[in-house]
Amino acid sequence: MSVLAHVFEAAGIATVVLSSVREMAEKTAPPRALHCEFPLGRPLGIPGDAAFQLDVLLRALALLGEPSGPVLADHPTVIEADGAPLACTLPPRFDPSLPPAVDEARGLRKAYDRALARRGVTSVGRVIDADGVPGALGVLHAIAEGADWKQADIPGGNTTALCHDIRTYYEEAALELADGPVPGGRAVEDWFFERTEAGATVLRARAAIRDAGAKFPVWFYMTPGHR
Amino acid sequence: MNGDQAMRAHSATLPAPVFEHMAWVTPRPLAESTIAIVTSAALYAHDDEAFGAADTGYRLIDRTRRDLVLGHWSPNFDRAAVAIDLNVVYPIDRLEELADQGVIGAVAPRHVSFAGNQPDDVSTIRLDTGPSAAAALRADGVDVVILTPV
Repeated sequence: MSVLAHVFEAAGIATVVLSSVREMAEKTAPPRALHCEFPLGRPLGIPGDAAFQLDVLLRALALLGEPSGPVLADHPTVIEADGAPLACTLPPRFDPSLPPAVDEARGLRKAYDRALARRGVTSVGRVIDADGVPGALGVLHAIAEGADWKQADIPGGNTTALCHDIRTYYEEAALELADGPVPGGRAVEDWFFERTEAGATVLRARAAIRDAGAKFPVWFYMTPGHR
Repeated sequence: MNGDQAMRAHSATLPAPVFEHMAWVTPRPLAESTIAIVTSAALYAHDDEAFGAADTGYRLIDRTRRDLVLGHWSPNFDRAAVAIDLNVVYPIDRLEELADQGVIGAVAPRHVSFAGNQPDDVSTIRLDTGPSAAAALRADGVDVVILTPV
């Protein structure tokens, strides 16, 4: 972002960056930056809180009045990822003949469909659509249970994209099912990896692919790096 | 260390390009300025071209579109926030409100989306696609951009 600020300013457009990594803003030194210590993926701070978002915007735009730069200011509010998984009910076991994650994914389909109908758009679809999620989890389950990942028919042939689609399917469905306040930063991610059969399956398949000697990019980006 | 702390610590160690000469534009008064959003969330209209894993290009987003896909390839951020409220990354409705109130002059007709996961040398966005996107916004009469990172 700070690089693009230099580029746009050089093209004659005044810029303000909402910084998310202060050290990077210090080093790259764009003309004007407001550092926002908010959860990553939430540069305006809080979903659904128009007043807070407006406060961030107005503080950023106020930097346009500075006579010279680089200017690096800080938003006074610090928001941490809260570390508590989203409270979201999971479907009961329906078909015990299926791997748990496959059964679970099938059970979430109606919630996913409601989310899609409400929002009108989905971010599932990089290599599979919603129809492909249970089958993809079946493939990952087999890998986790010892099948050779090189022989497995990984949909799309890309583990990063596949796990993105699985996780996004779950997250969009969960937001439709969960009640209560807007979840904190990474709360939905925490729910997926710490509460669902699918998250556990992805983690186990990732470990199996890693232990089988796969190259780093094949397994590492299946989950957030700290997992 | 939670995921955000780990990512911030990692990001702080990445190479940072040096700009020996910082360009500086003295903007017009805010109430006369046309403002655009430039995000690195890899958002794109669902009927536009998806972002690839190492995509150094950009997509233009019409002011009226809200049916945007999150095309960023990194798993290392809160991806659900956009599904809750697009404005937490792409504050288009907030800009519309500021324009209605006369705080800003106008909302730009088109906005810009890049992918935040760029090659370390960032040479393409610095020398090619970045200037191209800026030229597109200049052609639309944009005076100010606000850059939102993911």
